[in-house]
Amino acid sequence: MKILSSGTYSDRLVSYSVIFSLIWSILGMAAGVYVALELVIPTIDFGQEWLSYGRLRTLHTNAVIFGFGVTALMGTAFYSVQRTCHVELFSPRLAWFCIIAWQFTVLLGGLSLLAGWNAGKEYAELEWPIDILIAVIWVCFGIVFFGTIAKRKVKPIYVSNWFYGALIIVIAMLHIVNSLAIPVTISKSYSLFAGAQDAVVQWWYGHNAVGFLLTGGFLGMLYYFLPKQADRPIWSYRLSIIAFWAFTYSYIWAGPHHLHYNAIPDWVQTLGMVMSIILLAPSWATMVNAVMTVSGAPQKLKTDHSLKFIVLALAFYGLATFEGPMMAIKSVNAVSHFTDWTIGHVHSGALGWNALITFGTFYFLVPRLFNTQLYSKRLADIHFWLAISGTMLYILAMWGAGISQGLLWLSLGDLGELSYGFREIMASMQPYYILRVIAGLVFLSGAVVMIYNFFRTIAGRKTATVQIPAPSTASEQQVTV
Amino acid sequence: MNAIDIHRKLEENAGLLIFGILFVSAIGGLVQILPSIFQETVEPTADTRPYTAAELLGRDIYIREGCSTCHSQQVRPLLAEVIRYEAPAHAGESVYDRPFLWGSKRTGPDLSRVGEKYTDEWQRIHLIDPRAVVPKSIMPAYPWLERRKANARNDVHLRMKALQRLGHPYSDEEIARAADDVAGMTELDAIVAYLQSLKIDTSVDQSEGGH
Repeated sequence: MKILSSGTYSDRLVSYSVIFSLIWSILGMAAGVYVALELVIPTIDFGQEWLSYGRLRTLHTNAVIFGFGVTALMGTAFYSVQRTCHVELFSPRLAWFCIIAWQFTVLLGGLSLLAGWNAGKEYAELEWPIDILIAVIWVCFGIVFFGTIAKRKVKPIYVSNWFYGALIIVIAMLHIVNSLAIPVTISKSYSLFAGAQDAVVQWWYGHNAVGFLLTGGFLGMLYYFLPKQADRPIWSYRLSIIAFWAFTYSYIWAGPHHLHYNAIPDWVQTLGMVMSIILLAPSWATMVNAVMTVSGAPQKLKTDHSLKFIVLALAFYGLATFEGPMMAIKSVNAVSHFTDWTIGHVHSGALGWNALITFGTFYFLVPRLFNTQLYSKRLADIHFWLAISGTMLYILAMWGAGISQGLLWLSLGDLGELSYGFREIMASMQPYYILRVIAGLVFLSGAVVMIYNFFRTIAGRKTATVQIPAPSTASEQQVTV
Repeated sequence: MNAIDIHRKLEENAGLLIFGILFVSAIGGLVQILPSIFQETVEPTADTRPYTAAELLGRDIYIREGCSTCHSQQVRPLLAEVIRYEAPAHAGESVYDRPFLWGSKRTGPDLSRVGEKYTDEWQRIHLIDPRAVVPKSIMPAYPWLERRKANARNDVHLRMKALQRLGHPYSDEEIARAADDVAGMTELDAIVAYLQSLKIDTSVDQSEGGH
């Protein structure tokens, strides 16, 4: 087929978002390792406020989620939406604004957290001025994304775009409602919601930020980059439709499992538990669909680093989306709630799923964006094994710590007295916490190896210009993306 | 027209897709959150009162330092937990909590009933140097709390006024004298005042199960 050019893609901003995302990944993970070490040697904050655990831990979560995660999602959304629509971005200038303004916002947010600006809600700690910046940039992100879809040359909207679209829409809704507050000063506000009601709103936000950002957003990444790299169409188109709507409908209901046995109505807890278990179906439907897609090209798994990372990420996605519903069962939650098991669960998602699929996608993107070959396959291999080992060790350490805490806290003697004091249980966690530091260091060193590899790959090069192909037929589009 | 054909329509129309996502994702939240806003208004328990000026400043320092990343304030109605921490939490105890501080992690113990379990002096030493009183503690030390005035920015009355606007029953006189009430207090004084205020409400019939 003769390819008629209709302009070029806006790819330079994608290159920059990859680089920014990588910088945040190192900063965020380094902060994570540091706070993990503070739980072993508490004096290494040296009496400095900004190094204090309560502030630095918040910086860690914000840097990895909003810096590393969201920047990667923005960049990959801009990359894939152009290619699935066969047009250049709607307003590349606004897209540039999104990428650059987002970096400043995350940076400002990080500094404000270190300075002690903290709204006190988990994963929504940033204070009202930064919340407003986030909302403005998010709306611009939506305008660029849906504007590009509106001017597409391909009739159907490809499935990855539904997930990126859900990310944009649902996160906007959650962020705006949960951040509603009355400002007192530039650095202090009071939530519009109080007590139990605030708890329900916060975990509606908190759970679904995980749902639509860390799960849905990255599923958008999966649905574009996995078929692309495997060079196979999605195994079942119909399954991807069913899974998308089931996911979008049922995820929202599951938030109250963060408040089991807390002072919210029983019916809300029970509903949250039931819907969490139902959620397993759409989560695994997507996994099955993705695994079957790869199974069409198994030989690639031997040699292709990008695909290896994405498939490993898929395995951890399956693990985390199974573990989540199990932990949402009230009787399991009685043991797991408030313990390090929760932290382990979060990291099987965050390290195993989010970080690994992002790394896999970056191994795909970086050589292509700069029209070259990866500097070293051997280094990519080393990174792969460091990433697996770090993630596994982290999860095992936190399972050990969390299950012990949960059982020891609830343990009663023959006379109905507590078997163990809180302090002795806490002190017995030290070996697990040391293991966690090691796990974090292993994972972080893998990421450093990757960044060196990328640095050597792109040093002295510029983002390549890619021509937009002429519109193809709709049926062909389904297959080739 | 089967379901796939109907979906094809949706899939070729960006506006419909946006609307579909918004509609489908909004249902769960509406069902769970709206009743708590319009129907089940939680009444404060008999002993629950708005925080005093000092306690409020202390609570805001607790938030600033991220104390709730490691300390929950929510006793669950489980036998061992009730033995360890006293009565389970009641929603009415949190009506003046903006934001709520129930927490999601107990690296350190639950604090919702810590008030008056230790002396002011113990709390002060513990915050400045936790390992002086709990040798194996992994809590950070907070030496700067002692060096700073709690109301250094002279905004305590603004804080209370904002909360009054949100329905907290502060009188205008209370707000007017707030700055005087906390004059000379350090941040350490304020956070100790807050911690000592975290007590069980004895007026609540605990057999009701907390909600």
